[in-house]
Amino acid sequence: MSGHTPIYLDYSATTPVDKRVADKMIPYLTEQFGNPASRSHAFGWTAEKAVENAREEVAKLVNADPREIVWTSGATESNNLAIKGAANFYSGKGKHIITVQTEHKAVIDPVRELERQGFEATFLAPEPNGLLDIEKFKAAIRPDTVLASVMLVNNEIGVIQDIEAIGNICRENGVIFHVDAAQATGKVAIDLEKLPVDLMSFSAHKTYGPKGVGALYVRRKPRIRLEAQIHGGGQERGFRSGTLPTHQIVGMGEAFRIAREEMELENARIRRLRDKLLTGLQDIEEVYVNGDLKHRVPHNLNISFNYVEGESLIMAVKDIAVSSGSACTSASLEPSYVLRALGRSDELAHSSIRFSIGRFTTDEDIDYTIELMKSKIGKLRELSPLWEMYQEGVDLNSVQWAAH
Amino acid sequence: MAYSDKVLDHYENPRNVGSLDKNDPQVGTGMVGAPACGDVMKLQIKVNDSGIIEDAKFKTYGCGSAIASSSLVTEWLKGKSLDQAAEIKNSAIAEELALPPVKIHCSVLAEDAIKAAVADLKAKQTDKEVA
Repeated sequence: MSGHTPIYLDYSATTPVDKRVADKMIPYLTEQFGNPASRSHAFGWTAEKAVENAREEVAKLVNADPREIVWTSGATESNNLAIKGAANFYSGKGKHIITVQTEHKAVIDPVRELERQGFEATFLAPEPNGLLDIEKFKAAIRPDTVLASVMLVNNEIGVIQDIEAIGNICRENGVIFHVDAAQATGKVAIDLEKLPVDLMSFSAHKTYGPKGVGALYVRRKPRIRLEAQIHGGGQERGFRSGTLPTHQIVGMGEAFRIAREEMELENARIRRLRDKLLTGLQDIEEVYVNGDLKHRVPHNLNISFNYVEGESLIMAVKDIAVSSGSACTSASLEPSYVLRALGRSDELAHSSIRFSIGRFTTDEDIDYTIELMKSKIGKLRELSPLWEMYQEGVDLNSVQWAAH
Repeated sequence: MAYSDKVLDHYENPRNVGSLDKNDPQVGTGMVGAPACGDVMKLQIKVNDSGIIEDAKFKTYGCGSAIASSSLVTEWLKGKSLDQAAEIKNSAIAEELALPPVKIHCSVLAEDAIKAAVADLKAKQTDKEVA
């Protein structure tokens, strides 16, 4: 263990900025502070050079042309620009959009907004393992389908969609294809020269870069056009106005460079830790892994503990920083919509925990977590009348509950 | 989630966890709530021959406040008559544990559990008198 609790196992929420990244950013705050759009002096030229170097690094990680990378404030903005920008530009061709129920809210909500503007949307249900059935995707395409958006790696359950197969169907049908890759960079290899993807969203802070910066890949061949969502000085070839945050962009470039160089070794190490965690937790009875284990990034383990209530589970594991399947922070006790879409019962969705492992997770962290979970789950089950009934062989579905 | 010290204490060190023999004629069992609602409480009381509650046990599936509410009432029930037990109000539980408004339902559930356990015991005793 790193010596202090809580142990951070929430790398899918955000990652610390790598020290190497932070070191590279700081001079661009204090010394090289020029505006990259200033064409008439060295302050501007230096900043512009740094921005273009970073653009190259981002492009290299995903095998794209640097001219296909547009800076944004993060993956949420990238998703908004891609979805609203493409749907609005191409609305003359049709007004139907396809996406998936398990997408991030930063995809779901822009699509909902387009529905309010007169578009129609199909939200496909994934299979119980979280993966999209390609045939169901094909069947959802209509003559007026203009855009499809499917994420590469799911943020809650870590499953990897078959982007190549989905993209090929889009190509055959003249549908623009957007992919949210916020959770994918540094975790899976991405080759945009080969992948039939038109638009792809990236975030820096999920890959050891700073918060507040992201990028959108916009394919040049065949050229994809977008309606800008933020208007102003015409930066980023008019796709996204606003003074470029040089230090943030430099940070994203450095983070993506490190990801490209180290992801292979890092992923092998993380996979070993994840498998160790999984094996340890599977010693506990009545645990269920959410989402496909094979088509999944090694960083994620999402697991439900049956017969334990979600909020008391979160109270019990306060020595580890993890995410819970129930958003019961205030008055609402809402189970995760992602787990619901997989067909998980409310009880199992509530009692789920997402462990996400990253660059600075150690063997000791994993050992500690396994022991903590074993002891806390045991304690909560001692308290649980449902666990007692389960052990007595009572079928809980046959019980007439006095609902209140 | 800001829990009061009393809730945390009952959650960390729950009192009287366990089960009594539900077939014992001197044991009353109340089970309230539903898994889909996120709370199930099982409360059991055992009376002596003078009708005084001499033991109380609980098991609760639910949030920290639900666990604390049921743990607290097992302490309160001991030494009370059935009529006194039935007078325990959710407002007293909520006040003792300083429950926030969103957790008042946990105290309501604990009150319901007491009523259900008392009713179960009274029904058993009536059966005995009839027999």
